[in-house]
Amino acid sequence: MSINRRQFLTLAGMSTILGVGSASVMTGIGKGSLEASEVSPDPRALNAGRWGFVVDVSKLRTDEDYQRCIDACHNIHNVPSIREPRHEVKWIWKDSYEHSFPNTSEDAYMNSELREKNFFLFCNHCARPACVRVCPTKATFKRNDGIVMQDMHRCIGCRFCMAACPYGARSFNYVDPRPHIRDWNKAYPTRMIGVVEKCTACYERLAIGRQPACAEASNGAIVFGDLEDPNSEVRKLISEKYTIRRKPELGTQPSIYYVIGGGEHV
Amino acid sequence: MYNSGKIIAGIVIFFILATLPFLLNIGKANTKVEPSINTPEINAMAIKQCIEPREFMRAKHMQLLHKWMDQVVRSGNRIYVSSSGKQYDISLKDTCLGCHSNKKEFCDKCHNYIAVKPYCWRCHVELKEDKS
Repeated sequence: MSINRRQFLTLAGMSTILGVGSASVMTGIGKGSLEASEVSPDPRALNAGRWGFVVDVSKLRTDEDYQRCIDACHNIHNVPSIREPRHEVKWIWKDSYEHSFPNTSEDAYMNSELREKNFFLFCNHCARPACVRVCPTKATFKRNDGIVMQDMHRCIGCRFCMAACPYGARSFNYVDPRPHIRDWNKAYPTRMIGVVEKCTACYERLAIGRQPACAEASNGAIVFGDLEDPNSEVRKLISEKYTIRRKPELGTQPSIYYVIGGGEHV
Repeated sequence: MYNSGKIIAGIVIFFILATLPFLLNIGKANTKVEPSINTPEINAMAIKQCIEPREFMRAKHMQLLHKWMDQVVRSGNRIYVSSSGKQYDISLKDTCLGCHSNKKEFCDKCHNYIAVKPYCWRCHVELKEDKS
């Protein structure tokens, strides 16, 4: 079958018209975003240059003091309580001095009170977070106010962040968490199987002008504030008392400061 | 043409079988999907108006929700200013389900019809029908 010049030109011209036409259809589909919409933050929201915590465990005397904060956090955020330790999910927990500060714990003559104390551990919201660097989907990212945030919508469950985090602050949902939630707080979503979760510094409470749940329940043992503001309560505590951070040698610049001894007379 | 009788009969039978689903439904009206807006909250409204016009919500609610999701989680913006200038809290639970408290009769109705399974509800809590 042969084709003469006239037929070829007609065919080519028609294809071009069709091609241009479909291209305009495609761009029309692409423009289907939202024309009429604006968004703004809640005027009540708390803002900071870099949020941080100061934890004074000397103010936590009994196990109930610890448990009150842990329950406050876990109940608000629907954190499941799973018996099986391999599947455990936790946002805030307590652990021994030895486990919290492993690089300083081999000193046999150190203050025994300190050595036997339990410490609150939760996400350090590092200034240079290792988890954010490894996340392939940007599901975990650093907000402008210093919070290391976890976007459960975007998490694909690869667990790179869990391997990267030197503080064990992240938990993976190996099982469907819903059956394991004790008191279901209907105001907050749950998570689904296959995503990583962790402390989000109560971003949902900061957005409406409230302090994080653990700080609120701790009776002053956990103080929350802006590390970049020299007049904030956290900065005053850090400058007045001796504080340490977990694994500072790794260079992640954690934002939780632990007050070590000293008490009021330092 | 050999065996023309068999071949033509075969073609006719094949044609009937292939078009049977269409033939059976000739004359029947299409099943119309009507998501119900019959909830106490909506009935109490003077003007039954969603946050944006109905046509926009029908066509673009998924883009809107997607934008809301990113704005809240990633940008920290929790207030939505609609095209009419009214302000709304960005919240699936409070703003959307606050009026559309009948998820089964509203969301699920169309989603089931066109066989899409949005996974909102694997994390987000459907307040009222969840209890039953």
